[in-house]
Amino acid sequence: MQENDIKFLEDTFKKYYFDHFDLIRVPNRTSEREFGFQKFNSGMTRHISIRDDKELHLLLMKNTPSDVYCSNACYSFPNLPMNEKDWKEADLIFDIDAKDLNLECRKNHIISKCNECNEISTNVNSCSKCNSIKLEKKSLPCKNCINASKNEVSKLSNILIEDFGVYQNDIHVYFSGNEGFHVYVYNSQFQQLGSKERSELTDYIMFHGAIPETFGMKKIKPNRLTFPDFDEKGWRGRFSKEVYGAKSKRSKIITELITNGYSSFQKTLDDLSDKIGAKIDPNVTMDVHRIFRLPGSLNSKSGLTKIFCNDLSKFDPYVQASFLNENLVQVLANCPIGFNLRNTKFGPYFNEKVSIPTYAAVYMICKKLATIS
Amino acid sequence: MLELGADEYAKYPFMADAGQYLKDKGFPLVKFGTDPDLKPSVEKAFHRLKVSTEGGIYKSELIDGQASKSYVLEIEVFSFLLAIVLIKLTGMHTLTKRFALAEARRAEQHLERDLGKASEKSKIDLAIKIIHDLFGIEVIKRDDFFEIPVADYLKHSVSFHEREWKLINRYVKDGKVLLTPEKTVRLIRKELGTYIGSKINNAPTPPMIPGFENMVSELVSICKKLAPSYTTTTGEYPPCIKHAIEVLEKGENLPHSGRFMLATFLLSKGQSVEEIAPLFKNAPDYNQRVTLYQLNHLAGTSGSGTQYSCPSCEKLKTQNLCFAIPECDNIINPIQFGKKRI
Repeated sequence: MQENDIKFLEDTFKKYYFDHFDLIRVPNRTSEREFGFQKFNSGMTRHISIRDDKELHLLLMKNTPSDVYCSNACYSFPNLPMNEKDWKEADLIFDIDAKDLNLECRKNHIISKCNECNEISTNVNSCSKCNSIKLEKKSLPCKNCINASKNEVSKLSNILIEDFGVYQNDIHVYFSGNEGFHVYVYNSQFQQLGSKERSELTDYIMFHGAIPETFGMKKIKPNRLTFPDFDEKGWRGRFSKEVYGAKSKRSKIITELITNGYSSFQKTLDDLSDKIGAKIDPNVTMDVHRIFRLPGSLNSKSGLTKIFCNDLSKFDPYVQASFLNENLVQVLANCPIGFNLRNTKFGPYFNEKVSIPTYAAVYMICKKLATIS
Repeated sequence: MLELGADEYAKYPFMADAGQYLKDKGFPLVKFGTDPDLKPSVEKAFHRLKVSTEGGIYKSELIDGQASKSYVLEIEVFSFLLAIVLIKLTGMHTLTKRFALAEARRAEQHLERDLGKASEKSKIDLAIKIIHDLFGIEVIKRDDFFEIPVADYLKHSVSFHEREWKLINRYVKDGKVLLTPEKTVRLIRKELGTYIGSKINNAPTPPMIPGFENMVSELVSICKKLAPSYTTTTGEYPPCIKHAIEVLEKGENLPHSGRFMLATFLLSKGQSVEEIAPLFKNAPDYNQRVTLYQLNHLAGTSGSGTQYSCPSCEKLKTQNLCFAIPECDNIINPIQFGKKRI
């Protein structure tokens, strides 16, 4: 990123942090958490210990970070190197990202930037200018991406509540600031679980590793009575609703499943994970030492805020997570796909100088699709 | 500590403090080497150990968990405690492991039977209490099943390789896993073995007891025959690793989990970070500094010092990284591929 772009982003981010201290709060058990931050064009600084909101605000003002992070884990000594921190426990966290949902719409709003010649195009396989396959892909997510991500959050919440006995109030959903949602689970029985156990939880949530016997299908002499009922709870219930479709079809479908045999049943289960499993990023959940984007902080991939979603169904990130100012700024934009922010349509721009509000300029500069002119 | 009755001591003799129990009964250890009346207990201890070295479970004289005569109870407990004494005198670690496993499986049978006794609440309560006191698992009986908190279930089941033990293959509701008596007990088999093993390890080693010499030397020679066989490897990479290398060679994107698998596999085969790093050169997002940092982290040469191991085949299946072929021959981790016993 160019010097003047970095300066512009730093000034804008600093102003945001100064104006919005109210949005950036330290989590509970502050002094047991590890904090970290990144600056534009620079590496990660972590193993920082902070006592309260005041210290956090001071850090933001002093360093003007591009991204701020805080551990989901609690340690005795959060500022020491990892193996000396003395891990105590960690909140259960989930990351749902539109890019992992394999959505049809995605190909319509991906822009690639060639690492070799910097050419920007909508061709995602190879550079349209020099044919290189080393492309940096930038997504400008659409409403469909956000709605699909919300749907995954609902699937996850349903499993957490019904199967894992988590209280609705202990599930906190945040817009990640870019293309998805971060879900935190507090006060659960899972606080002290290690990485391997959390990995098992992710397989459960994603419907990975199911065997036919769990759903009543045996290799030899399968018995109709052991197949799930339509109204059952848990995965057996979700399986029946998806596979039978309706209560009245149960008998007919079971006959079909038995006729098709054990291997075919296994294939049905494997295929089902894409439909009924919640599409979370398992690597995030199983990492018990992760520093996770701090709520209220800005995401340097977009300039949008990681913000708490009070009412997920009505939440519109491109309105409710955009907090930067509206001062007009002139940029040289090369953004071949249009986007919406605060109910205003921007672009497409083809290597042209435009005067646009700061929040939209930041959005494009963060995605390397514009520079200050 | 639990208050146990005599029958319970016979079923779960590892709950007794060995030295204290013998002392309470008024039998100093040396007496067992010479007193003909105590000989049956010593012979039974020897037999109990021999059966465990053969991979079997010693068949006790209890009938349905009850002793027909009072002396049977004593022999049951004495023989267990004397077996520990014999293990300590041999100093053979293999014997500790085999005996602990065999005794764990024996106790497992009793616990399973006790948990399954729908009509005898006291027996069920005791089994539940043993599981709670020894392993910290809160078990609640609900109809014909036992409920265990999901977190407790995971802590114990996570080391099992059979797919049926994956959480997805269990009935889970309201934060609890529902298990049959058999599965409840199976869940703690390993810990039961570890518990009994630690009891043996922590027991003091007595001086040689006159009359025990022959048994001790016979046990030592049995253990020596149990020495592990050597393995040889074909040196060929398993299909999952070959696939990952092919993806990278084509300049395609290998997901993070695939890179983790490839790096940890090659590290476990003794390759250095510098040897592995060039493999990732063709990755679309290749960055030498980041690659070296991550490889060093996995090798344990930077960061926490933890050396990461290659994920299991089970895990790779769920990550769509498994491309099993018949030569995989039911291995549970890619690093076992091509190994043959000779």
